[in-house]
Amino acid sequence: MISNSDERLLTQPKSPKPNKIKLRNPSLSSYMITGVITFLILTTAYTLTHLDAANVKIGSAFSGLMMTLNQMFLQPSAGSDGIVMLLQALGISLLLSIMTTIIGAVVGFFLAVMASKNLTNAWLGSGIRVFMAIVRAIPTIIWVLIFSIVCGLGTNAAILGLSFHSVAYLTKAYSESIEEIDQSTIEALKVTGSKFWVIVFQAIWPTIIASLVSWTFIRLEINFANAVAVGAAAGAGGIGYQLFVASGMSFDFHEVGMIVYLIIAVAILLEFIAVKLRKAYIAK
Amino acid sequence: MQTPVNYLARKHWKQTGTIALIGSIYLLSSWILKFDGLTGIVAIPKAFSWLGINFKPTANSIHFLPTIWQKLIGTVLLAIASTVVASFIAIFVALIGAKATGGNALVQTVVRGIASFFRNIPLVAWAMILLFSFKQSDFTGFLALLLMSVGYLIRAFMEIIEDEASETMLALKATGASYFQVIFQAVLPQIMPSLISWILYMIENNVRDATLVGILTGTGIGFVFDIYYKSFRFDAAGMTVLSIIVVVIVLEVLSNQIRKVIL
Repeated sequence: MISNSDERLLTQPKSPKPNKIKLRNPSLSSYMITGVITFLILTTAYTLTHLDAANVKIGSAFSGLMMTLNQMFLQPSAGSDGIVMLLQALGISLLLSIMTTIIGAVVGFFLAVMASKNLTNAWLGSGIRVFMAIVRAIPTIIWVLIFSIVCGLGTNAAILGLSFHSVAYLTKAYSESIEEIDQSTIEALKVTGSKFWVIVFQAIWPTIIASLVSWTFIRLEINFANAVAVGAAAGAGGIGYQLFVASGMSFDFHEVGMIVYLIIAVAILLEFIAVKLRKAYIAK
Repeated sequence: MQTPVNYLARKHWKQTGTIALIGSIYLLSSWILKFDGLTGIVAIPKAFSWLGINFKPTANSIHFLPTIWQKLIGTVLLAIASTVVASFIAIFVALIGAKATGGNALVQTVVRGIASFFRNIPLVAWAMILLFSFKQSDFTGFLALLLMSVGYLIRAFMEIIEDEASETMLALKATGASYFQVIFQAVLPQIMPSLISWILYMIENNVRDATLVGILTGTGIGFVFDIYYKSFRFDAAGMTVLSIIVVVIVLEVLSNQIRKVIL
């Protein structure tokens, strides 16, 4: 007879030891993330505590800044230059960025074709890639300053300098898109006996057109910002130069505000066009 | 009816039209800007031969090396600090503004607008305005880079949150977890690799931009280059450029290696 008092039946099932549940699996990736974050925060803490503030009283500097910002953004005016001249300068900056983007896109595409691992031999490809990495490492402004010695201060130096950096940037971007293409497409066309440039324009071009357009417009946005910057720092003309004169020489912050609003308007317009185009190409 | 011949003819015209349009934009711009393409092409080899002769660092320019490296390291530190502070601000703003984790449509629109505004104010304007109030100091460069980076990072972080964390957010909300639990236990850990990838990119970018800010505000490596350049000590300027190239490429390689491990 089975009695309830049978020891064996009464024994409670042993509950497993209440181990702590492991929430995260330690991996190389998570160690790396912790390491990078720690390093960045420590570096920041060191930098901020050792920052040379040149004995500026932070409080009064901030109140001065607020006053300047108030003048800029709440009371913008065209100042002594007049709105027509500012719009002209804005147009020049915009043309500068469009033109350098066109040069960058055309030259960049051909270089990208020659630099892609799946299209050309390794030596030519890596040669171009290394050269472009060096060109990219030099800031745009320094390129413009270098060219301004050879062709004189002005738009020519700005165009060459901006184009140089655009070519290097777009070569990298394009060749990365080309390298993502399925190798079998290229091989299939090679088997049919197609020439190199036929493969490029009939197979590669249509496949990557969406990312080509998207990268080119990203570069256009960057080039517009750069055109403003080199105008200010290298005297290359355009709205950047007006901005530099108004903020650094005549201290007319009402005019600075106007210029900044004009630049923002164009930049947001470019961004809007880029987003629309990207959507249109992805939808296709 | 769409026949292959028809289709090819249309494609042909479309292509010709696009090329003609781009070509005429190019010609029009070069006419307005008075840019002569031929002179431009001729100028490139001239510039490089000039670079080869004048920018070649000589034995003499070794003396400048300690100054250059000191300023360069300072600039890199400044770029890192401004990016890290900017990303702290940006991650909170992005959490408020993203569709998945944030407030209502009004808040989202406001955050997007602010981010776009900050991103599009030219760096030159920030540098010059801050120079006026904060004088010629490292702090000016730090603030200019910070304000610029915040706008970029808010946009990037918002896109990351929407791409990667929308489903997590829904799933964890369904389990009854509170808002902050979801954010700190699921959303942030999940998007951390992409965040770091962006932060590293921003640091590289800020090192390059710091040169421009330096030329304008008289700080860091940009100032050093500007002084050498304007006083015609081209060998020292060449040394500066060489040092910038080394640092930027080292940073790029380093962050690519880190990306390979974490992504």
